[in-house]
Amino acid sequence: MVDVPMLVGANAEIAPGVYRMQLYTDGVALTEELRPGQFVNLKIDGFYLRRPISICDWSHGVLTLVYKAVGEGTRHLSAMEEGAALRVLLPLGNGYTLLPDKQPVLVGGGVGIPPLYYLCKELIRAGQKPTAILGFNTASEVFLQSAFAALCDTILTTVDGSAGVKGFVTDALPKLNPDTSTVYTCGPEAMLRAVFRSVEFSSVQFSFEERMGCGFGACMCCSCKTVTGYKRICKDGPVLRREEILW
Amino acid sequence: MVDLCVSLAGVGLQNPVIPASGCFGFGREFAEFYDINLLGAFSFKGTTEEPRFGNPLPRVADCPSGMLNSVGLQNPGMEKVLTEELPFLKTYYHQPLIANVGGFSVREYVSNTARIAAEEQVDIVELNISCPNVQGGGHAFGTSCAAAEEVTKACKAVCPKPLFVKLTPNAANITDIAKAAEAAGADGISLINTLLGMRIDLKRRRPVLANIAGGYSGPGIFPVALRMVYETYAAVRIPIMGMGGVSTARDVIEMMLAGATAVQVGAANLVDPYACKYIIEDLPAVCAELGITRLSEMTGAAHGWSA
Ligand SMILES: Cc1cc2nc3c(=O)[nH]c(=O)nc-3n(C[C@H](O)[C@H](O)[C@H](O)COP(=O)(O)OP(=O)(O)OC[C@H]3O[C@@H](n4cnc5c(N)ncnc54)[C@H](O)[C@@H]3O)c2cc1C
Ligand SMILES: Cc1cc2nc3c(=O)[nH]c(=O)nc-3n(C[C@H](O)[C@H](O)[C@H](O)COP(=O)(O)O)c2cc1C
Ligand code: FES
Repeated sequence: MVDVPMLVGANAEIAPGVYRMQLYTDGVALTEELRPGQFVNLKIDGFYLRRPISICDWSHGVLTLVYKAVGEGTRHLSAMEEGAALRVLLPLGNGYTLLPDKQPVLVGGGVGIPPLYYLCKELIRAGQKPTAILGFNTASEVFLQSAFAALCDTILTTVDGSAGVKGFVTDALPKLNPDTSTVYTCGPEAMLRAVFRSVEFSSVQFSFEERMGCGFGACMCCSCKTVTGYKRICKDGPVLRREEILW
Repeated sequence: MVDLCVSLAGVGLQNPVIPASGCFGFGREFAEFYDINLLGAFSFKGTTEEPRFGNPLPRVADCPSGMLNSVGLQNPGMEKVLTEELPFLKTYYHQPLIANVGGFSVREYVSNTARIAAEEQVDIVELNISCPNVQGGGHAFGTSCAAAEEVTKACKAVCPKPLFVKLTPNAANITDIAKAAEAAGADGISLINTLLGMRIDLKRRRPVLANIAGGYSGPGIFPVALRMVYETYAAVRIPIMGMGGVSTARDVIEMMLAGATAVQVGAANLVDPYACKYIIEDLPAVCAELGITRLSEMTGAAHGWSA
């Protein structure tokens, strides 16, 4: 883990209220050790606590985040201009475990989709052929769909049916065989619960969000009860296997 | 050369900087960032007899100049601390250790104090009678002179090591509680714990914290903490560990001028895991700039002025 200054590059709105930010840094912070599903904690000027955002993608010296402006902190982030500096603590959390012998299905909803992009790239790098199911409320809110479509089979769903399959991500989920397939998912809690009910096998991995104090396991602010005891979402998570979840 | 050493109730520290309880776990997360042997000491997470999960989530909220927490003493329980945390800590940490002890009754405080004080690794016991986030425990002892006196006396009887009593700023008059603890045999006073506060979510029109209120800490409470350390220094003869919003080397010196022998750093560690390391690295230069050659001489040096 390191806490490094990074410089804001592009920071463009890619859907209403959703931004793609590129952060530039020299060397050490971004390495092959970054695991998909891990996150960074951003020190934003004028705010005491840091803001956790998932790693959407990275390449040598450039970190890409996709975030929604939902409150004061992320709104401030969205107004940052090219060249501005930001302290970034990373990498945080456990990240997804890639299961090499299971056909991967990625299920994402809204701002739960960004971490699945880097996951998708890593799965492909490992020689797998993932399928992505991306859920939104309506056509105008869709983002990252073409980025996924360039990598893998991508199914779009919208609640109002204005694009792709009408309904929820779970409506587009094919019948899966637990011996040969698995699901990696991230999204709002209601969506995670629906996936939890639809795919009843233990290897499925869910990524959670909680309000955080530190983001690196020291304060116990983000602790949750699981089948295997108390877990800190920031350190022992954010990714939990289905069999660990108490739902 | 600036001499940063201090002596805290007979325990020698290489510098006065001490991560505060609840903001440093049992050390292991910070050891991933830096060698924590550069600290003066550290105070580990408040430990109760039984394991505790604490309060429902959300239990943290962002604030201007600080944060609220309502963790409610999540800890693995005394048994696990003795058999797992301390042995692991021993493998990589060799500086003085402060054991922060919680409780819900005089009996529990006494039992916890006796068990933890018997550990060779523990140099100081810090009795937390000030946690604002648990019902019936902590706070109730820290807001009444009689209760503070009773629990301090009972714990001191089983504690051969220096016993510091950690006070809450939410008491009517913190110096009265400090005097009661001193009279009951405390070897030192730690202050302050967090100030009770709350935040409300504007969109949802409900309190942010599931527990409604929580403890406010961070830079916003520094002036309040400083004033309380100043007044307590004037009221008791035993040493003080001062804390509340300390984030920089200058804050450490200011706390010492107010009367602290050593200084604890809490929330700052959470937003910057290197906070204590940077403070310790900055101290020599800041001391030199201020003409300080022996930092321990600063304790209480701002006293003697009348209003
Ligand atoms: C592991 C993890 C990864 C995340 N990845 C992404 C991502 O890739 N893209 C994205 O858009 N969002 C992501 N989020 C959510 C993001 O952290 C919040 O939207 C953001 O913190 C809101 O900050 P704010 O100041 O705008 O909102 P405010 O509501 O003003 O924030 C107040 C406080 O609550 C916290 N908070 C509010 N909402 C959340 C939330 N949903 N999760 C955690 N803390 C919250 C804030 O951090 C802050 O401390 C992630 C959250 C976690 C825990
Ligand atoms: C997340 C969190 C957990 C805490 N847990 C404890 C605890 O277990 N025992 C204790 O005595 N104080 C606890 N405290 C209080 C701190 O030790 C300290 O007294 C207080 O936060 C003020 O210092 P600060 O402003 O530097 O944070 C906690 C504080 C925070 C922020
Ligand atoms: S946010 Fe501090 S332990 Fe998870």
